[in-house]
Amino acid sequence: MSDVTPWSEVLELVRPATVETIYMVLMSTLVGVVGGLPLGVWLHMTSPVGLTPKPLLHRVLGAIVDVTRSIPFVVLLVVVGSLTRLLMGQAFGSSAAIVPLAIAAVPFFARLTSNALREVDSAIVEAAVTTGASKFRIVWTVLLSEARAALVGAVGVTMLALIGYAAMAGAIAGGGLGATAILDGYNAYDDRVLYVSVVLLGVLAWGMQLLTDWVTKLVDRRRAVTNV
Amino acid sequence: MITVENLTKTFTQSNTSVAALDDVSLEVPDGSVCGVVGTSGAGKSTLARCIALLEKPDTGAIRVDGTDLVSLEGSKLRAARRRIGVVPQGDSLLRQRTAAGNVALPLESAKVPAAQRRSRVAELLDLVGLSDKASVYPDHLSGGQRQRVAVARALAAKPSVLLADEPTSALDPATTDSVLTVLERARSELGVTVLVVTHDMAVVRRIADDVAVLEQGRVVEHGKVLDLVSEPGSRIGSTLLPETDQASVLRPDSGQQHDVVAEVVLVGFAAVGALLPEASSRFGVELSILGGGLTRLGDTPVAKFRVGLSGERSESALKWMIERDAHVRRAPVSVDGVAA
Ligand SMILES: Nc1ncnc2c1ncn2[C@@H]1O[C@H](COP(=O)(O)OP(=O)(O)OP(=O)(O)O)[C@@H](O)[C@H]1O
Ligand SMILES: [Mg+2]
Repeated sequence: MSDVTPWSEVLELVRPATVETIYMVLMSTLVGVVGGLPLGVWLHMTSPVGLTPKPLLHRVLGAIVDVTRSIPFVVLLVVVGSLTRLLMGQAFGSSAAIVPLAIAAVPFFARLTSNALREVDSAIVEAAVTTGASKFRIVWTVLLSEARAALVGAVGVTMLALIGYAAMAGAIAGGGLGATAILDGYNAYDDRVLYVSVVLLGVLAWGMQLLTDWVTKLVDRRRAVTNV
Repeated sequence: MITVENLTKTFTQSNTSVAALDDVSLEVPDGSVCGVVGTSGAGKSTLARCIALLEKPDTGAIRVDGTDLVSLEGSKLRAARRRIGVVPQGDSLLRQRTAAGNVALPLESAKVPAAQRRSRVAELLDLVGLSDKASVYPDHLSGGQRQRVAVARALAAKPSVLLADEPTSALDPATTDSVLTVLERARSELGVTVLVVTHDMAVVRRIADDVAVLEQGRVVEHGKVLDLVSEPGSRIGSTLLPETDQASVLRPDSGQQHDVVAEVVLVGFAAVGALLPEASSRFGVELSILGGGLTRLGDTPVAKFRVGLSGERSESALKWMIERDAHVRRAPVSVDGVAA
């Protein structure tokens, strides 16, 4: 390692990379929630404990979700790379990285959603059924509303997972703190850039977790366990 | 009016089948309260869930105000559900909604406009005495308050019938009383027909006009509470009446001899208040109470006493009481003159 990179240059490298990482994570989380929420609701509704049990459909949906979820992200990245080229004209850069990230996020969030909805007490759901509520209303005002704390938590877990995935995607497709850490830090033998990138990734993850906890507290009206 | 006709429901689970309901027929007249009692597993909840249209019976009919609801589906089923208010067994309030928000739920299902919804919610919270708790979340309400919110919610869409499954289980007597008061107001002020599942005889005594006893999915007794207590063979009748044996242990005159010992059931103010002393003075017999006590069935005082009569005209005194609608059962008299 030659001379130490001056702080101003480090800052110039990591600042856009941080923005790119946040952009990748937020966009793919958005797609993950928009796509995963209805899929998760569907998964729950068709389950044996759901409002409209459909065992066969449930098994098919579950298989699709779980198989996609269990593909290692690196493999997904490579496979999706060619698809991304078709879709976006290029397979590089942070925008291109959003495609595999979103594909990973959707089934991930769908599974978390269906788990969250399963935790809603069946007595509460039944009480709503007896009011003559439509299924749509029950999903909206009972299931999603009652599971709101768990769902916000699920968004947080998804974001955290995506920070890790985004670093990986960035390292291969280019863009974000992951790319900076590996290309400009590790490969360039620049420890300062490497460690600053890593610390920033950690801070980012921590910040998102804090945000999640804060929002959860804001929306949850159940009694908090105090004096533990 | 709730009419249940020949309802059967069998649950099959891993090769064993349970007949939860076995040819159950029941009628709850308009504006009356029917208590459904029975041991655990007798099928009480299954019956309530069938009437609540949460469970489909295998055979039989369920009518609310005449029309059979069993085969309804889709929007017709949802409309029928709105006419049946349900207080489910256990906690069932949305935890992320205030008391008022919970009461509003059926009104939202019925697409009642927001302004009307607010005034109706206020009315109902007033009915259950929780106006000051409108914006409180369920986790911050007591068990009895939660149950009253559940009753208010069940009544929100102006149903003609109200089903309550164990609305007072796990509540202390004073709290039980507040919930029962609310059920009573529902009947008297809104004219709702009430079916209440319970294992607590105090609930039946306090609010039920009729009572049905379920045993292994069958109705073994059914009738007016006041009729059943006067029926000598009725088990539920004698369960609802005060015990005579317990008190007789403490009877002050255990050494005394009686010519006749009998159990007397008295129904109504006049009978409870005056019949025994009047019989005693009219026939010149000495009458001592060996056990028993007084209770209330709804507004009607009811007493069951074990009495010992001494005097020549004891038999005539008993006969006179029977003529005045006292229900007398002669106790076997043991050798020393005290009831065995
Ligand atoms: N969903 C179900 N699947 C299988 N068996 C059931 C189901 N629901 C009820 N049963 C059975 O039906 C019978 C009647 O149950 P039910 O819940 O109606 O009893 P209950 O009288 O309400 O009892 P409790 O006083 O304990 O609430 C029981 O033997 C129970 O095991
Ligand atoms: Mg029950």
